[in-house]
Amino acid sequence: MTARAAEGISALDLARRAVQLARRAGAEQCDAIVVAGSESTVAVRLGEVEKLIEAGSLGLGLRVIIGGRTAVCSTSDLSPAALEQFAAETVELAAISAPDEFAGLPDPSLFGRPADAAALGLYDERIEALSTDEKIRLALAAEAAALASDPRITNTDGASLSTHVGEVALVNSLGFEGSYPATSISLAVEAIADDAEGKKRNGYWFSAERSLSRLVDPEEVGRTAARRAVDQLGARKPATTRVPVVFEPMMAVSLLRHLAGCATGDALYRGATFLAGREGQPLASPLVTIVDDPRLPGRFGTRPFDGEGVATRRNVLVETGTFRGFLFDCYTARRLGRTTTGSASRSLESAPSPSASNLVLQPGTLTPAEILAGIPEGLYVTALMGAGFNPATGDYSRGAAGFWIENGQLAYPVTEVNISGNLAAMLADIDAVGSDLTWFGSAAAPTVRIREMTVSGR
Amino acid sequence: MPDPAAVALQFFRERFAIDPAVTSALLSVALSRGGDFAELYFEHRTNSAITWEDQQVKTATRTVSQGVGIRVVRGDAIGYAYTESFEFEAMRRAAETAARICAGERTPPPIDATPFLVGTSYYEFDHPLVAEPAAAKVALLERADRAARSYDPSIVRLDASIGDELKYILIARSDGKIIGDVQPLIRFNVSALSQRGESRQVARQGGGGRMGIEYFEQVTTPEALAREAARQAVLQQDAAEAPAGTLPVVLAAGDSGVLLHEAVGHGLEADFNRKGTSNYTGRIGQPVASPLVTVVDDGTIAASRGSINVDDEGNPSTRNVLIENGILRGYLHDEISARHFGVAPSGSGRRQTFKDYIMPRMTNTFMLPGDDTPEDIIRSVDRGIYAVSYSGGQVNISNGDFVFSVTEAYLIENGRITTPLKNVMLIGNGPDVLSKVTRVANDYRLSDGRWTCGKDGQSVPVGVGMPTVLVSGITVGGTKL
Repeated sequence: MTARAAEGISALDLARRAVQLARRAGAEQCDAIVVAGSESTVAVRLGEVEKLIEAGSLGLGLRVIIGGRTAVCSTSDLSPAALEQFAAETVELAAISAPDEFAGLPDPSLFGRPADAAALGLYDERIEALSTDEKIRLALAAEAAALASDPRITNTDGASLSTHVGEVALVNSLGFEGSYPATSISLAVEAIADDAEGKKRNGYWFSAERSLSRLVDPEEVGRTAARRAVDQLGARKPATTRVPVVFEPMMAVSLLRHLAGCATGDALYRGATFLAGREGQPLASPLVTIVDDPRLPGRFGTRPFDGEGVATRRNVLVETGTFRGFLFDCYTARRLGRTTTGSASRSLESAPSPSASNLVLQPGTLTPAEILAGIPEGLYVTALMGAGFNPATGDYSRGAAGFWIENGQLAYPVTEVNISGNLAAMLADIDAVGSDLTWFGSAAAPTVRIREMTVSGR
Repeated sequence: MPDPAAVALQFFRERFAIDPAVTSALLSVALSRGGDFAELYFEHRTNSAITWEDQQVKTATRTVSQGVGIRVVRGDAIGYAYTESFEFEAMRRAAETAARICAGERTPPPIDATPFLVGTSYYEFDHPLVAEPAAAKVALLERADRAARSYDPSIVRLDASIGDELKYILIARSDGKIIGDVQPLIRFNVSALSQRGESRQVARQGGGGRMGIEYFEQVTTPEALAREAARQAVLQQDAAEAPAGTLPVVLAAGDSGVLLHEAVGHGLEADFNRKGTSNYTGRIGQPVASPLVTVVDDGTIAASRGSINVDDEGNPSTRNVLIENGILRGYLHDEISARHFGVAPSGSGRRQTFKDYIMPRMTNTFMLPGDDTPEDIIRSVDRGIYAVSYSGGQVNISNGDFVFSVTEAYLIENGRITTPLKNVMLIGNGPDVLSKVTRVANDYRLSDGRWTCGKDGQSVPVGVGMPTVLVSGITVGGTKL
């Protein structure tokens, strides 16, 4: 099925072995995560192969807890002797930490069922079987479509096709054992058009999925990249003003991510979120319902159990405008007197922490054209830049590009503008939600309109 | 201190039996189907960190990662593979995979393996922080905690971390050159939360460099970093909404170098120019900035976060003048772009890890000082913005548009710095903003080592620097009309 972790040893066996060794070395509680995978990338540019990358990797992360003291270590040296020393060193390292009464593994009654993975559409054998020649063909087709679709596309930054076939295994000392295989494929194109004064306009588009059948047709990916480059030709800087702002679906997703980053138990106990104290209260417009759902089949955030082995579940963050609550892992839940929402994320190198899985802003009823129709003058956002969001206050200020809206239509491209406001006020000011729900990786949103924001320009 | 290249070679030989005979054999496999050149990049990296919360140590972490990346280059094209195993058979398979970028069959040329030395190292690596006892690091965190809490009663929370890295690299190339480096790196971070009633403000500060524990005596102290985070958090409590629109902006010395990094640095990385995707393509010898502007990228600054003895292709780090008195002089090159343009590599080929491919990257990027004084520059502004510190920035390479988030900024009124401002964003176009530099001061400063540069998903440590500069107009993304 998937790459064996090492000669004759499965990822799950390796995780089991690390847990046994850590127990033997003195760990009261411990869990081990193993991530095994093979990746490939082909990149083409102007019809030629530019990069062929292929490699397999394998790493193990170990968390030990002794008297409430935690250490987390990771290694890629997995020979039996090295692993034994690694486990012993991890146990030793825990002595540095202070005892923390909230540290600990999940209660076994919360464990997920690894067998659920089979129904979650995470693995596609067709991706594993894809030949290098076929990958090159897909990338070339996407780039060729971008170049052919408009004479103003004079160059490209190439097209690339990447695949990943991997396996995640998690074992803990309270008896949880689970592993599942997962695949992904992504195709990306960047088209370039020449504008005045030596400026280039770039248009980027991609498709990323867990199964080959869901991958968007390469020609369509290429044509979309080309259209997005050409659309920006002659972009101007508008005057500073306050107007309605429309976010295309990909940009609306960024608003979801800002919100979800503030809606974690981690941000809550650190006092670093503007959502503190707002559970159960009105937050957004009644048009807004936001769900975090790790059980949706075939998405990037989908998982049968979380980074601590807890069963995953659908969590409603915002329900018709009301903020329903935060995402927790075991530590933040215990610390704040809550229960875990099965939202622990985990990397090899760090302790679990809560974060969103698949974020969805539920669609409304209006078409994008209907959303634009009522706007005498406004901004339609197709690109955002910079990290101008303050989670503690919700203050929002980011560079943007897109189109100026006049009389309900996209009139001309704009660039070098900044939009600013406060996320809480922006969510409350959403006065239209589209029907055009679109997925980007592990999040989906439709077009949304915010009644008014400050747009800085000339 | 011994030569870092000799230390690296000895490290890989003793730990993993990797010697010139092994590297030459692997390079022969890599070139067995053709190709212009090939290289092996061996890496062994240890990272450890201690995180501090609630006035005590929260978690201790340690990561060891090791592997070899093998690259075969044919023209502008590369074949690439890596493995985490230093077993010969695993490395041989990776070399075969990388060779697949070429379709020919030939007897590879003999490789005359020659170990090179670095010479003078730009940093000391014989007493890395990773070797210090944990108690010494915990003591530094405690000092930061006390300093932040005693700064102001509104500081209710202080999160901090101390991290260190020690990286051994060894590069073996098909031209026979074998060279390596030992790269220490430390990083101290603090995050202070100021709470007044329901109003919460978080501010972060950090620093570090290619040093050991002496950083905390020679460069700064945990107390100074913590007080700075606390000061900024408290300052934000009283800050006013920023104006929106185009205004004169005075960029303070030091951290403002992030503007250069975003506004011009990335656009001058030669991979974008080789492909014709940068707005600086084809403009060498032409004016691209005000005549007051000279921009340098220099990987040789002692102990700086962005410095390297050799780049990840084994070329020595250098000082590169990118823009001289407003004229574009050159790009940052790796081997592929240098061959493409027919110039010497500039020591700018960098990668995040052995798993990542090489790209031209910045090291320490800064603007040289001018003749003005910072006081005169501020006095010359009737109404504008004084921008001091930043949380980050981003650029679109193709059209040069950039943004950056200013975490400490003030209004300038009638030549005087007045009200602190919050949520200030600066947005503009690189060449446009550099053409509007009207005064440059004599107070050049390199920022403390806190910057990390991201490109194509790869992060590398960099330095930035700047004197105080007046830009006659930048769009300020505030909320107040």
